[in-house]
Amino acid sequence: MTNSSRIKIFYILMSMTLLFVGFFQSWNVALTIFNLCLISSIMTLGINIQWGNAGIVNFGVMGFAALGGLANIIISMPPTQNAWEAGGEIIIVGLLIFTLSIFLSIILFKKSNVNKRIKYLISFTFIISGYFIMRLLVDTPIEKIEAIEPAKTGYLGGFNLPVLLSWPVGALLAAFSAFIIGKISLGLRSDYLAIATLGISEIIIYFLKNEDWLSRGVKNVNGLPRPVPYEIELQSKEWVLKVSNYLDIPVTELSSIIVKLSYSILFCAVLLIVLFLLEIAVKSPWGRMMRAIRDNEVSANAMGKNIKQRHLQVFIIGSAIVGLAGAMLTTLDGQFTPVSYQPLRYTFLIWIMVIVGGSGNNFGSIIGGFLIWFFWVQSEPLGLWFISQITTHISDTNIIKSHLLENAAHIRLMFMGMILLIALRFAPKGLIPEVKR
Amino acid sequence: MDFLNGITLIANYIIIPGLTYGSQLALGALGITIIYSVLRFSNFAHGEFMSFGAMSSILLSWLFLSLGFTLNPLPTAILVLPIAIVFTISYCIIIDKFIFKFYRKQNSKSVINLIVSIGVMFFTGGLIRFIVGPGDKNFFDGERFILKARTFKNITGLNEGLTLKTTQGITIILSVLLVILLFWFLNKTKTGKSMRAYSDNKELALLSGINPEKVVLITWMITGTLACVAGTLYGLDKSYKPFTYLHLVLPIFSAAIVGGVGNPVGAIIGGFVIAFSELIITFAYKKIFFYFLPINFVPEGLSQILSTDYKIAISFLILVLVLLIKPTGIYKGKII
Repeated sequence: MTNSSRIKIFYILMSMTLLFVGFFQSWNVALTIFNLCLISSIMTLGINIQWGNAGIVNFGVMGFAALGGLANIIISMPPTQNAWEAGGEIIIVGLLIFTLSIFLSIILFKKSNVNKRIKYLISFTFIISGYFIMRLLVDTPIEKIEAIEPAKTGYLGGFNLPVLLSWPVGALLAAFSAFIIGKISLGLRSDYLAIATLGISEIIIYFLKNEDWLSRGVKNVNGLPRPVPYEIELQSKEWVLKVSNYLDIPVTELSSIIVKLSYSILFCAVLLIVLFLLEIAVKSPWGRMMRAIRDNEVSANAMGKNIKQRHLQVFIIGSAIVGLAGAMLTTLDGQFTPVSYQPLRYTFLIWIMVIVGGSGNNFGSIIGGFLIWFFWVQSEPLGLWFISQITTHISDTNIIKSHLLENAAHIRLMFMGMILLIALRFAPKGLIPEVKR
Repeated sequence: MDFLNGITLIANYIIIPGLTYGSQLALGALGITIIYSVLRFSNFAHGEFMSFGAMSSILLSWLFLSLGFTLNPLPTAILVLPIAIVFTISYCIIIDKFIFKFYRKQNSKSVINLIVSIGVMFFTGGLIRFIVGPGDKNFFDGERFILKARTFKNITGLNEGLTLKTTQGITIILSVLLVILLFWFLNKTKTGKSMRAYSDNKELALLSGINPEKVVLITWMITGTLACVAGTLYGLDKSYKPFTYLHLVLPIFSAAIVGGVGNPVGAIIGGFVIAFSELIITFAYKKIFFYFLPINFVPEGLSQILSTDYKIAISFLILVLVLLIKPTGIYKGKII
């Protein structure tokens, strides 16, 4: 079967499945799944350009997605009254001093010609003293800011700009941190790189969970502004009432469908733009060079390609796409909850999507994102149905049956593991394999 | 007196918890290191294997308790540990036979094996939650403390108490025993030597007539044992929750890498380095300053370097530092 016919078959099957959910379950559910499928497939595209085209193992998806989410707060929330007067500038200065001390120590480490041990000692002292100066400056303002109406605000707030701006800013934020992370860890072998990126993404989450002045930490930021109208506003609009009469759908349901549909249109537009750009990139000489580096680093190096620079480049691009998707996800949720960022849901699930869909093929990644997210959502009811089917002959009062039914929801993890293992075993190239060029 | 009080404080809050947590990490890191040096991949499923071991101990100790067997004052989990180890080993060997073996025969890249191990992680995690549920399980019974704070205060007459929980004592003693056994096996027995030869140079070992399947089998047996003991001890000490083991994988990897992947001694050292630095960096030094410094010099705040919320993040921080400065770890890795 050729690739293009595979693409057609899988895309038609997937849209039919979603339409099926729409007709038989509800359109609201179908659109909710569809929206998250879109976001997942954008994240998958970001990882695919790194893994499929350049062979970089990035297990930091969770961290970049969370940074994208943070952009929502910084851009769209109104600034907290008195928070900046309480010492917002001092915090920024403190952070700058700490960064400066790190940069200085790196420069000193690279430039000075003394014994290695002394070098380490000097750099270490620089960083430590920078840290303590920062703590001295920052501790009191942070306390003050966190004391401003802690139940409602207690953080710096944002710039009160339109929320759509937070998507590119989220991408930039992720790109910037990817630059630093890449500088640190891209020299490592693939296993180590995987573990290092996973560790760094955990550090990012811990930071967001605990620095209340920035993200309110575990208290979450609720009520982020929306790029689309609210259901209540729609319900009083005349045209909505007319459509609702015409289609014979209750107004409340119709309004939430319209909201979800407008999100879908926005997300589709972003997905298409990202896909278009990535397809151009992959087909260009740049893409050819990336694949050459992936397949044989030594010979690519001999041809005069700067492998470190190229790896860093693709790491930044991919992570920026993940950050973009993370920002979109937070906008869709309307709230930023650092606790919800779990490696299982963000990092590893996205990786399953890439592997199952087909690493090295953008269309494959998209279908992987759709398919796996669909299964992830639907495997809970599926598991319940499965268990109740095999236990129909056992009486309802049986302890084993009730225990099985209670834990049936966790079958979804087993499902996901099995899907990944089966894909790796029987279709290691994925549903839509990489195009042979 | 102040001096003794200070020492007791340090022992109570840093040394004893550090030794306990360090031994748990070290046992976990040993498992990862041994898989790495023989089978050449990073096993992300190791945390779930530990969880599987802990789950087996829990289910078995419930069974034994209902039958009336106990090991008072020690927890029943210690009594059932050998059977739980057999369960865990069987599970590891089944997983290897159906999943990892295929990729070993194909000589797949280590990254592919790593992704396969993530599949195994998902599957095992789901299986465990399916069997025992995601909730908190406390399976500790028997005497809670070896040494209570009040008893210690009464005996010595100090202000600061020193507690030693039974789980802490058991953890340290069992870990020492297991490590001694492991090193004796690796260095003195013929099978252990063949394992080291296999990990050093696969081709040469095959030529000298070492049976690779046997080596792999032994490797999984050792890993299963280590995972089961480490998981059970961690569960006994901090109560068992299935999802904590996923978060434990990273500190364990940090321990293995900090010590030098593939080096058992390194894994142990790495475990203790991670455990102690977590405790030292997040400890509130106010009380210690109170005992050791003249009263005017005692600072006002808690004198913490980092807040306790960052405890686990420290292990990743150390990991990143080690990868930056010395990627091979403290001891040069890749040998048993």
